[in-house]
Amino acid sequence: MNLRIIKAGLLDTIQDVGRYGSQHLGINPSGAMDKLSAQVANILVGNDSNEAVIELHFPASSFFFEQPTLIAVSGADFSASINGEEVPSLHPILVSKYSILQFHGIKNGARAYLAVHGGLNLSKWLDSYSTHIKAVAGGHKGRALQKDDEIGFRIARDLCQLIDKKEYIVLPWQADTPWNYDHTEEIYVLPGNEWDTLTDTSKEKFTQQSFIISTQSDRMGYQLKSEPLLRNTTEEIVSSGVNFGTIQLLPGAQLIILMADHQTTGGYPKVAHVITAHHSKLAQMKPGDAIHFQFTDLTIAEDLFIKQQRHLQQLQDACTFRLQQFMNA
Amino acid sequence: MGFNAPAYHIFPLGDTALTIDYGNSIDENINKEVIARTQQLKDNLKGVIEIVPAYSSLTVYYDLAALKRKTPKDKLVYEHLKQTVEQWLEQPLLQQETAERQIKIPVCYDPVFATDILAVAKANNITVEEVMAIHLSRTYRVFMLGFLPGFSYMGEIDERIAMPRKPQPEMVAPGSVAIAGKQTGIYPLASPGGWRIIGRTPVKLFDAEDKEPTLLRAGDRVQFISITRNDFYELENDPLRQENG
Repeated sequence: MNLRIIKAGLLDTIQDVGRYGSQHLGINPSGAMDKLSAQVANILVGNDSNEAVIELHFPASSFFFEQPTLIAVSGADFSASINGEEVPSLHPILVSKYSILQFHGIKNGARAYLAVHGGLNLSKWLDSYSTHIKAVAGGHKGRALQKDDEIGFRIARDLCQLIDKKEYIVLPWQADTPWNYDHTEEIYVLPGNEWDTLTDTSKEKFTQQSFIISTQSDRMGYQLKSEPLLRNTTEEIVSSGVNFGTIQLLPGAQLIILMADHQTTGGYPKVAHVITAHHSKLAQMKPGDAIHFQFTDLTIAEDLFIKQQRHLQQLQDACTFRLQQFMNA
Repeated sequence: MGFNAPAYHIFPLGDTALTIDYGNSIDENINKEVIARTQQLKDNLKGVIEIVPAYSSLTVYYDLAALKRKTPKDKLVYEHLKQTVEQWLEQPLLQQETAERQIKIPVCYDPVFATDILAVAKANNITVEEVMAIHLSRTYRVFMLGFLPGFSYMGEIDERIAMPRKPQPEMVAPGSVAIAGKQTGIYPLASPGGWRIIGRTPVKLFDAEDKEPTLLRAGDRVQFISITRNDFYELENDPLRQENG
């Protein structure tokens, strides 16, 4: 075995970019909350961007490496250390045999991602590595990681020579993730199909109030606290498909934003949808944070998404090049 | 037969999905159209991740990056896909209906499992035996799966046993057969739920290890069969119990 959990975290699970193709069976996509960061972690260690990564919540697990490897941590900054020495996020890091990776506190963000060169030796369930806790399937035994869990590396590559006698080496390039610098409350949204059933006052409140992420928020969804929002109809709606980022109005007149573990279908009014380009930013917000919704249109939403994907592609090209140079040096 | 293609409208579900909505209704003919159109679009649309049918709508989840490359510049990916979808929806369906699978599901209505059957009986001024007999008196269409892996939304139940959902969800045992409004369904997994529990089945509705992890699919027809508590425990311990399905 190659990687051992020596201390369990709050909720650390195996994720990839999600399980698609089974929603018609009621099986929700799961996947990383912050997909961009999960992909960046993989890119930094030279993996396919859809490899399994470990999604960490704080307090996070501690890891023991039983053989040398190349790792990267992305997303939230939880003050990582190797053998007690602080190491930076968003860099590839060579770690020696018997190294310990720990996390000491939240500097920013809500979810960090740990990728290991070559990927983790797990099997896919319905085409995805993502953990489905309710179905007890996918990931590692279909559950959150526990103390003494051991996970193998898929590719055991001999990195002893590269690391020589050092305990670890932080490689000198860092992934630039501009979407992480945006710490404003602004979240861009598109109108939902039932937006027009809100009363005029509630429509105004939606764009003018701040919404506070409540403590009853998890991977399924963020419950928001605000003044009550009301509809001008009592017509119930039959269940239909929902999406990551769908903002529903609950019977208690409060909003919920559906996140990675959302149900496949829902019957609550769909007030709005968070644009995909803002999903990462949203996933790094935590209970107590305020959100300010701002309407945009599909032109901007599609454009921002494409720009983000292009950036990710450039990052991949650059990292692959640097890593190859380093490995062959 | 003699059923005209129903009217629909298409709306964006965020920037990575669109929903084709045939109106806010629970109607077998519309649901048949939804399921047939789901298959037609699955067979023909490119750049699509998956299509999810519901009661009276279907949602197409698409790969925005892949479709962007096929969309004319200065045109929205959404608009382009919507037009393609509309072209397919204008085409008559080659196969209006696929054969309905008939599935029998044994249910024990004993109040040990049926924790809300008395409340349902009282609310409708009938006896517990009548609730059971009325629930058993017809077969049900699986309109859609959703909410939980393998959770089936079936209908419609007789109005004489109808009851709205609970104000607060409670923990529900796997296999619980429940009703809400004019719908009936089965909880495949332990979960909080707001439907009224009127029985329990020993049949496994969801098995992650199975190639086809859910027993039911949208478009199936389900017949409930009443069993005793003894039958329930026997079937529950029978390794081949899925064969009863």
